[in-house]
Amino acid sequence: MGMGLVSYIGSKALGFFTDVGGVAILLKAIVFNLPRLFKNFHLTVEQMVFIGVNSLPLIIFVSIFTGAVSSVQAAYQFHNYVPMRYLGTAVGKAVVIELGPVLTALVVAGRVGAAIAAELGTMKVTEQIDALETLAIDPIHYLVVPRFISGITMLPILVLFSDLVAILGALVVAVVFVDVSAHTFLSGLKMFFHLSDLFAGLFKAFIFGGIIATIGCYQGFKTTGGAEGVGTSTTKAVVISSVLILVADYVIASFLFG
Amino acid sequence: MIEIVDLHKSFGDNKVLDGVNLTINKGETTTIIGRSGGGKSVLLKHIIGLVKPDSGRILIDGEDITLYKNEKLVKLRQRFGMLFQSSALFDSMTVEENVGLGLREHTKLPEDEIRGIVNEKLRLVGLRGVEDVKPAELSGGMKKRVGLARAIAMNPEYILYDEPTTGLDPIMADAINYLIIRMKNELNVTSIAVTHDIVSAYKISNRIAMIYEGKIIFVGTPEEVKSTDDPIVRQFVEGKATGIIKAV
Ligand SMILES: Nc1ncnc2c1ncn2[C@@H]1O[C@H](COP(=O)(O)OP(=O)(O)OP(=O)(O)O)[C@@H](O)[C@H]1O
Ligand SMILES: [Mg+2]
Repeated sequence: MGMGLVSYIGSKALGFFTDVGGVAILLKAIVFNLPRLFKNFHLTVEQMVFIGVNSLPLIIFVSIFTGAVSSVQAAYQFHNYVPMRYLGTAVGKAVVIELGPVLTALVVAGRVGAAIAAELGTMKVTEQIDALETLAIDPIHYLVVPRFISGITMLPILVLFSDLVAILGALVVAVVFVDVSAHTFLSGLKMFFHLSDLFAGLFKAFIFGGIIATIGCYQGFKTTGGAEGVGTSTTKAVVISSVLILVADYVIASFLFG
Repeated sequence: MIEIVDLHKSFGDNKVLDGVNLTINKGETTTIIGRSGGGKSVLLKHIIGLVKPDSGRILIDGEDITLYKNEKLVKLRQRFGMLFQSSALFDSMTVEENVGLGLREHTKLPEDEIRGIVNEKLRLVGLRGVEDVKPAELSGGMKKRVGLARAIAMNPEYILYDEPTTGLDPIMADAINYLIIRMKNELNVTSIAVTHDIVSAYKISNRIAMIYEGKIIFVGTPEEVKSTDDPIVRQFVEGKATGIIKAV
């Protein structure tokens, strides 16, 4: 039984390092393929629409409520301790630095990361990726780079929308339910607003976008075993990219603010 | 000329190719026959570099292509066309885009010329009016023919056919046999076909090779196959469940 456990842990660890190595190789291949990005740029545009434009309704919906709830919660915690003119400050910082990027990334990981893994996984098990190769077309160039570029560019843009909408949501709740005037909320927001906070949030979004696209593609390419395998890859893509987003969030925060 | 020398390949414990030796002459059609699961598709995939062997060499005009990477592999593959057993059509693209992909990617031909070539290839495989249809809407036999049109779109020197006639009605199957023969006679294409269809193998082949237990155990012309005493080959072409080859 002891040996069983050891070999179980051993095989899990081996799998983990194989995956780390595999992702590193994939990232290297992406970088080497960047010079050819503008050949077949229409593929990148398609992915930008899918990842960016089509995610927008969901992101807006999530962000309104994120802003609203952070307004309510902050007001509750401020009650009797902190003057309400700091409500806008607190909500603004929380949204721009943390909530906007992380929640947007988690939502996109669920929607887009899953779709990437499912699509590429299906292509893998139905030999479409092999077929691309026999046509002398590099799947990294044709499939991965467009998704990666769209991920790292569209996530920051989505986060900008998310920040804006969340702050609006917070403002409305502040005015209607917490009885803080719009003027007070906005001047609080402006008081300690640093452009560097916004850029920190957008930098996170850039990294998160890279994580979602890379993990989605990696899991897709790794798929074996038919429809069941596609299901497994899809789940893994979402779980792994979500975990990595949270870990990366912590790492980036400790570098930028630690 | 393609020379396959002592090719070995295992997947885990499953020894699929166990020392394959086979020479494919230029301008000829060589057909590989053998049991289901016998490694025919795996062998084809080695020839186009989709699968790397555990050991052994594949020489094309004297160069070992199993060592090819990146640029060289890309160049090599442009000389090949491959029809997949499963057709492997891109399901996000229309039939027209599937067939034209290689041309759009590797040539600078104007769009109307590419459309013209695609239409011509689709006509060759007996398809009309499906240009703008997605593969999901096609029957299995139609998919196979689109796959065939895609394989020949770039006028390759070598064509690998993985079960070109499986899933086609007998009349269409014969039309495909005829097409394979024409590719050879008119365009001097070198072909390797994999098939279970013995009638087709007799028609299209200059030589037939049988793979059994990971090795090529017999190579000969269709006449030699018909008259051989080799009990394994006989059992296979006659389709008998009893004999040296165990059915189950
Ligand atoms: N990518 C792979 N990973 C693991 N095993 C594989 C892989 N590809 C093929 N095999 C195994 O190799 C063996 C030969 O497969 P192959 O597809 O070449 O058979 P085949 O001769 O083409 O059969 P059929 O006539 O049914 O198409 C099978 O046992 C198969 O399970
Ligand atoms: Mg096969």
